[in-house]
Amino acid sequence: MKFGVVIFPGSNCDADCYHAVSTVTGQDVRYVWHEERDIRDLDCLLLPGGFSYGDYLRCGAVARFSPVMKSLIDHAAAGKYIIGICNGFQVLTEAGLLPGALYRNDHLKFVCKPQRLRVERTDLAFTHFYTAKQVVEFPIAHGEGRYYADPETLAKLEANHQIVFRYCEEDGAITDAANPNGSLNNIAGICNAEGNVLGLMPHPERRCDRLIGGTDGKKLFKGLMETLRVSAISQRLR
Amino acid sequence: MRYHVQIEITLKPTVMDAQGTTIEKALHKLGHASVTNVRIGKFVTLEIDAAYANCAKNAADEMCKELLANPIIEQYDVQVSETNPEVAA
Repeated sequence: MKFGVVIFPGSNCDADCYHAVSTVTGQDVRYVWHEERDIRDLDCLLLPGGFSYGDYLRCGAVARFSPVMKSLIDHAAAGKYIIGICNGFQVLTEAGLLPGALYRNDHLKFVCKPQRLRVERTDLAFTHFYTAKQVVEFPIAHGEGRYYADPETLAKLEANHQIVFRYCEEDGAITDAANPNGSLNNIAGICNAEGNVLGLMPHPERRCDRLIGGTDGKKLFKGLMETLRVSAISQRLR
Repeated sequence: MRYHVQIEITLKPTVMDAQGTTIEKALHKLGHASVTNVRIGKFVTLEIDAAYANCAKNAADEMCKELLANPIIEQYDVQVSETNPEVAA
């Protein structure tokens, strides 16, 4: 099993992702420079947070044209896993791998704080180690994390259960007060219809060690690792 | 023929423009009480070599759809002219 962490010019959470994934899963991780095209050795790709291409034009708008993105689209089409965190989520929406868009927070401020989230889907490769409606805490750090989709797209996302994480109160209540950026329906993270591409604004990789505030993010990487392990075994048996 | 293209990109009317709202409040505080509907956008200028003005317009439309605007949240307006509007002004 092998993980890859993509580095665009301006990515700045790549080392955190690398550290979290290698420590939590104990598997091989390698960096993938944005100009690379051959990523066939990888089972899961992580698009880290940061400011790819200086956030020029719109967050993630220019990263979409990096050479690695074509291979990344093939990787997704093959049913392999992708996690886009923060700027990585923005890149995935700009590339059309996830629906909707992320734009300026409603209060215009960059928000950087621990944030409670409710896990809405626990049948995904990424989330099956969490319990239904479990409240977790991941940090958020973004200026443009406000999720928007037109009413039809939003209704489809809800009907297909593609909303994976929602901003919530301590007790799991979904309220406006718990919404840190004005995202529609308190959306913090979504997946594609197939469930192999996940995008989220909060940072699970920053909650994988007690030393830096908590371990709620570990289950995401452990769950994915378990899925990959089981599918590798079943492939060998076939 | 070298055409001068001006592109205005703004958030769709259905998408709440937090910057516009904040600037509007600031203008009210400065005493401009009658100001409403402030919207903030981006302005892009570029030049295109094309046979006709409509070819330049079509090329610019394509660029907006592909990169310059995000059609999910933004709308755009393309103006094409033979003379540089900034110099002419």
